Amino acid sequence: MKTQTYTLNFGPQHPSTHGVLHVVLELDGEICVGSKTQIGYLHRGIEKLVEDRTYPQVIPYTDRLDYLSGMSNNLVYVQTIEKLMGIEVPERAEYIRVLLAELMRIASHMVGIGIYIMDLGAVSAVFYPFIEREKILELMSHISGGRMTFNYMRIGGVAYDLHPDFYPELDNFINEFPRFIEEYHKLVDDNEIFKARTKNIGVISAEKAMSYGLTGPNLRASGVDYDLRKISPYSVYDRFDFETAVGKNGDCYDRYVVRMKEVEESFKIIKQAYKEMPEGPVMAKVPKLIKPPVGDAYHQAENPKGILGCYVVSDGSPKPYRVHFRRPSFNNISIYDELFIGHKIADIVAILASFDIVLGEIDA
Amino acid sequence: MKNEKNYPELLTGRFGDKTVFNPEKPNEVYTDGDNLISVLEFLKNEGLNFLADISSVDYKEYFEVVYQLFSFDNSDHLTIKVKLDHNNPQVPSATALWETANWLEREVYDLMGITFINHPNLERILTWEGFEGHPLRKDFVSKKQSSRK
Repeated sequence: MKTQTYTLNFGPQHPSTHGVLHVVLELDGEICVGSKTQIGYLHRGIEKLVEDRTYPQVIPYTDRLDYLSGMSNNLVYVQTIEKLMGIEVPERAEYIRVLLAELMRIASHMVGIGIYIMDLGAVSAVFYPFIEREKILELMSHISGGRMTFNYMRIGGVAYDLHPDFYPELDNFINEFPRFIEEYHKLVDDNEIFKARTKNIGVISAEKAMSYGLTGPNLRASGVDYDLRKISPYSVYDRFDFETAVGKNGDCYDRYVVRMKEVEESFKIIKQAYKEMPEGPVMAKVPKLIKPPVGDAYHQAENPKGILGCYVVSDGSPKPYRVHFRRPSFNNISIYDELFIGHKIADIVAILASFDIVLGEIDA
Repeated sequence: MKNEKNYPELLTGRFGDKTVFNPEKPNEVYTDGDNLISVLEFLKNEGLNFLADISSVDYKEYFEVVYQLFSFDNSDHLTIKVKLDHNNPQVPSATALWETANWLEREVYDLMGITFINHPNLERILTWEGFEGHPLRKDFVSKKQSSRK
């Protein structure tokens, strides 16, 4: 019998691609024998646009990179400019930043985990994490006015001190969250279908993960213990007691396990930062017109999706000469073309979902 | 943050005057296109095994390609910079050392128009096939802008 392979366009308009990702699959029956990932459908040219904005005007653009973790993106950009100008940030502002960055990590992982399991067919598993995420977005809107695009961090601190409404809601969240974690572990961890769909699927070796520049939970699931918050602590991360979550097998299941563990560790940091938060100002003394000295700076931080880096070149004028972002999802998905080969098309959906990608930052 | 290893000393011992340091910025190395790959390979074997980022800057008279090297084992960081001629910007590809260089270099090629020699698949990645020009260059004029004038 004569057989032949065929081409299938996976995306760009397909709910399982988490946005506008386009993968051209070459299939032999149900098995993938060739793959070509195509991106750029959401390319807005942020790096070019911000060359015509002043330094503070760049901050809202960073919200739109990985739009599920705007606060963490704000943080990386403002810290880069602070590095360039040598600004010391008040202690209270640092604690607020860490608190919000970790809340953001939980919110982002809630989407990542929820949608992941929904893509595997368990639709009810998406609602529970989204309830918790909703609480965090409410918290964020109390302090910044926005639910996803916050524009809250400033060069030298944060825009405003925490709103009085923030504290009781955070108490509420801290009280209720452990129960959710416990319930969710019971719901998903030992689920036969979930395990069958994810164990030994999409296995990435540690060497491959490092060579492809994978970062964040996707790297740690492969057994590489690399977390910037531990290995080169920025802000005040060196003051908190937490562990990094590391997997063993590098398969889809481990990527879920690592994210759940990270959520628990973030929760620990939140409790500590909230308890130890000092009083004081939330903004450093920064000139009204921000003109960094001529030079360049690179800074990177551990975002929910992986390592977000920011490279800024200043020519001494009020506008940045060049801004470049190292976006974690962009590097993470570069492994797809190699990883997909040999998997069934249903497994490709599982692999895609397990990576927790956001097209806003892949395409920038 | 201070590096655990003294990379300036190691590099000068191996490459002599082919790598240039700025004493005020000990984390920054300048090299040239001919030596780039051997410098990167040397540093990779010395422990800087994480290529975090490749970016590029258009300084009008010349281009600069900037490599950010980190280590998976400690907090060491080194920035490698290569200056390129503005008329014919070319640099050898690092894809043989790191797979991640594939996409990072394609992005630099697409947006800045720098050619990476020996790259396996040097195509546009964010803009579409047939797009004219390289948007991040300082002399880039978009179609919309040019029709307005």
